[in-house]
Amino acid sequence: METRGMNDRIRKLKNESDTSIPHLSIERAVAITEAYEKYAGTVEVPLLRALTFRHIMETKALWIGDGELIVGEKSEHPQHAPSFPELCCHTMDDLEVMNSRKHISFKVTDDVREIHATRIMPYWRNRSLRGLIFTHMTPEWKNCYESGIFTEFMEQRGPGHTVLDGKIYQKGFLEFKADIRAAINSLDFLSDPQAYEKKVQLEAMEICCDAIMIYGHRYADFARQLVAVEHDPVRKAELLELAATCDIVPAHRPQTFRQALQMYWFVHIGVTTEINPWDSLSPGRLDQHLDPFYKREVENGSLTRDQAKELLQCLWIKFNNQPAPPKVGITLKESSTYTDFANINTGGVAPDGSDGVNEVSYLILETMDELTQLQPSSNVQISKKTPHAFVKKACEISRKGWGQPAFYNTDSIIQELLNAGKTIIDARQGGASGCVETGAFGKEAYILTGYFNLPKILELTLHNGFDKFSGKQLGLKTGDPNAFATFDELFEAFKKQLHYFIDIKVHGNHIIEKLYATQMPVPFLSIVVDDCIKKGMDYNAGGARYNTNYIQGVGIGTLADSLSAIKYNVYDHKRFTFAELLSALDDNFAGHDRLYHLIREKTPTYGNDDEYADELMVKAFRAYHDAVTGRPTRKGGNYRIDMLPTTCHVYFGAVMGASPNGRLAEKPLSEGISPDKGADRRGPTAVIKSAAKMDHLETGGTLLNQKFTPSVVAGDRGLENMASLVRSYFSLDGHHIQFNVIDRQTLLDAQKHPEEYKDLIVRVAGYSDHFHNLSKELQDEIIDRTEQSFGC
Amino acid sequence: MNQPVIFNIQKFCVHDGPGIRTTVFFKGCPLRCAWCHNPESQIFLPELLYNEEKCTGCGQCLSECPSAAITRRENAIATDRSRCQACGQCVNSCLRSAREIAGYTASVAELVAEIEKDRVFYEQSGGGVTLSGGEVLCQSQAAEALAIACKTRGIHVAIDTCGHVPYENLARLLDCTDLFLYDLKHLDPSLHKEYTGQDNRLILDNLCRLSAIGAAIFLRIPLIEGFNAGDEHINALAEFCRNLTVRQIDLLPYHNTGSSKYQRVGRPYNPGQFAAPSPERLDQIKTILQQSHPNVTIGGN
Repeated sequence: METRGMNDRIRKLKNESDTSIPHLSIERAVAITEAYEKYAGTVEVPLLRALTFRHIMETKALWIGDGELIVGEKSEHPQHAPSFPELCCHTMDDLEVMNSRKHISFKVTDDVREIHATRIMPYWRNRSLRGLIFTHMTPEWKNCYESGIFTEFMEQRGPGHTVLDGKIYQKGFLEFKADIRAAINSLDFLSDPQAYEKKVQLEAMEICCDAIMIYGHRYADFARQLVAVEHDPVRKAELLELAATCDIVPAHRPQTFRQALQMYWFVHIGVTTEINPWDSLSPGRLDQHLDPFYKREVENGSLTRDQAKELLQCLWIKFNNQPAPPKVGITLKESSTYTDFANINTGGVAPDGSDGVNEVSYLILETMDELTQLQPSSNVQISKKTPHAFVKKACEISRKGWGQPAFYNTDSIIQELLNAGKTIIDARQGGASGCVETGAFGKEAYILTGYFNLPKILELTLHNGFDKFSGKQLGLKTGDPNAFATFDELFEAFKKQLHYFIDIKVHGNHIIEKLYATQMPVPFLSIVVDDCIKKGMDYNAGGARYNTNYIQGVGIGTLADSLSAIKYNVYDHKRFTFAELLSALDDNFAGHDRLYHLIREKTPTYGNDDEYADELMVKAFRAYHDAVTGRPTRKGGNYRIDMLPTTCHVYFGAVMGASPNGRLAEKPLSEGISPDKGADRRGPTAVIKSAAKMDHLETGGTLLNQKFTPSVVAGDRGLENMASLVRSYFSLDGHHIQFNVIDRQTLLDAQKHPEEYKDLIVRVAGYSDHFHNLSKELQDEIIDRTEQSFGC
Repeated sequence: MNQPVIFNIQKFCVHDGPGIRTTVFFKGCPLRCAWCHNPESQIFLPELLYNEEKCTGCGQCLSECPSAAITRRENAIATDRSRCQACGQCVNSCLRSAREIAGYTASVAELVAEIEKDRVFYEQSGGGVTLSGGEVLCQSQAAEALAIACKTRGIHVAIDTCGHVPYENLARLLDCTDLFLYDLKHLDPSLHKEYTGQDNRLILDNLCRLSAIGAAIFLRIPLIEGFNAGDEHINALAEFCRNLTVRQIDLLPYHNTGSSKYQRVGRPYNPGQFAAPSPERLDQIKTILQQSHPNVTIGGN
């Protein structure tokens, strides 16, 4: 008999996880300083990194919370985040900001400050990679970086968001170590000039195998110590089983469901302790990896469904215990969240192409539903073979309105991966990580290199390359826009600017990639990503089977509407001149009522299934795609694009003046590939149709948000409608969609700021209407009604 | 053939027939239901909507009107509707979108193109197009052409009608309609006339004829406390439905949506003493009707 909801253990652990205050932990910083002092300069860099990793795993504090069944923390306590001074050595001011900022704060105790000042800073101040990166960047790069043209993912975090495949459930680290030894033994020092480099790299991986096994054994010992002082016989037995689990994993391959979960979590802690890979690792197709264990044990009676769910929930809480390590500066602005973006893919297809949904998939859905945690992010992969019941179950959770699970299109992901040169088997086992980024799990280094501000490029084009915010000539002098006789001339100038800025970004990327390859190898992560062992090459140096770099485009909606505003009004209908438009932009539209009205009310916009505006979106997308896709990376892969923002659309908007589409100065840009705020006025089907005109298959991921009032998705009919929207979008090759359900608070805000909610459609009475179009009395009535549950 | 006059095309309609639908609203209606919340659907020609709440009184529209129908009266803007040709000149000049024209003519080809845009959603959800109004069957020639065009393209067609039209208007749609959403307001002819402007003989007669030939019908009953939600009428309805072959009965609880839309079309609003039945009462009514029909919904879901 299955049980719904959390049991006492889970409720207690979750409560502790949710109420612990995030702290900055100094433990890792101290350990790494000790190791570098001891080994730096005496051994090759990969060995230095491996010995450092081993030192951390040998010395880091252990934590077994009361009632925990899965163990391992990044630091000495849940919600304590380590720092990575080898990447970014925080200043004392940084610590103060972290401690006192209103959002995403980390408590920094006096002891930590003291150690940081006396122990960490003296060593790392002039040695962190961040310093080296900024030293090597060109003045053009720095100007662009500081002016919000693009961001840089690797300036204080290692390349990450890596996702594992199933190998850690089939091999223990003793076996990995044997594989590594075999690879060393087969090196050919006579005919392979790289043999020595490979040997060093492989030996580093070997040390890391030892390190993670030491960590596991320490936990086994620690659990037994606790048994000795534990009075409760039930807990005693649990601790003994925990010790037995840690005797097996990570040294040996897991033999049970529970060992499989613990195996993953040890690897997770290993990868995210070795470096800060923005800021996480993901298990990938967890349901498929766990299903063989689950089936076997349920069949032989050694595991019940409830026990399996409890263990899964324990793992979920471990994810929840890890706030993304503190960020500072622009990197904080682009990703202003505690969320570490572990993203678990559920459903999809199996390696042979058959439907991948199994009983563990449903257990995972129930787990996310019952725990309602922001992390791990949980998504469902929907293929054309996915059962309707699974889609509906996912919709049922999604309509509760907290944004999860998000929906990903397996069939599109497979085509995206095939298009990027993966084999069909690797593509089927791939999926999305981070926000929406596509990759071949366990076999690919797919590196986001930074967000790129698309509307800012148009702004610079309209000002002949000059940026009035920074007061610098950032771009090329592509000409005074007043002199462009046609829209095409303007667009050509935009494309030139785009290429110029992508050149600057890629130039910087090459250098940063080289620095990571040589200064920051990740021998532990390299063990679990194919084909690093086979190639004897580090993950950060090109050891993975596939290597892709992404540049993520932000603000396509704002850009499309701005292009539409110019083409429609200045060129096609000559309703105002370029000079008038530029003057309105300078004045932030103040005193330009007629022009503002024409743009906001009488100009086609993206998101309405309107060919005029949508064609411009496609044109802009194509220009961006062509400027980026196919450029070679240092690791032998290619550049590709993603269309996603995290929180960067807010930051990018803040460094811009007013846009030609009527977006006011410093206001956020459109997010993902969603239409600009208030631009979509014809409901969700029109948004989906517009968004699907972009060629998603040529990207590595796109992000689309949809919002609804509760009544639209109420009842079984509402679920069917949601499922139909998902299936429809995916049949048009859409990559990702997620749903937000509008609450009463939002409606109140919409009443106050109608201009920002022009897209908001509500069910009135037998018909739907735009909220902003309703009288105040009717709005009030609908607000009163919008507190209903979904039961009807 | 005259081109139909339309006042709206609404996508993602999920309460007007099965699946996700696009609803085409035809303008003009033979009834004047006292509770009507779409007064702009009532007259057959395009007309001006004026939203006083949005108007700033800036006067930009004054000089635009070719019929000199707009004048300033103290701080307000007034439009003489007897002179207004609904040409839309003033709409373009209004910087606050306080003025708009409800209703426009569209060719069947244009309507089909718009309907086609959401085909993928109809196919995934089992939806289609709903022709509604106003009263779509008052423009039955155009409705037939549109319905045939949709049917030929494999799109499910529903007709949402009040039934107050000559039977020929219904009959010509029979072959190209998959489902009738047939409104029934009251069984008593004199009350019907008092509250809708017309008695119900034609409506009941058409309904019985449609039912007799086995057309697919969802009967839709707006439930209005103070008009048709009393025991006597509900019992009569239950008895009446016993002899019909409708597929489903949808109870649509009335909502008081206020008078602002009437102000916009410049017509008086006499809301009467109407109220929505309480949820308990709705359930009671549903139970009563279920005695004569197995398939009764609240809200059409």
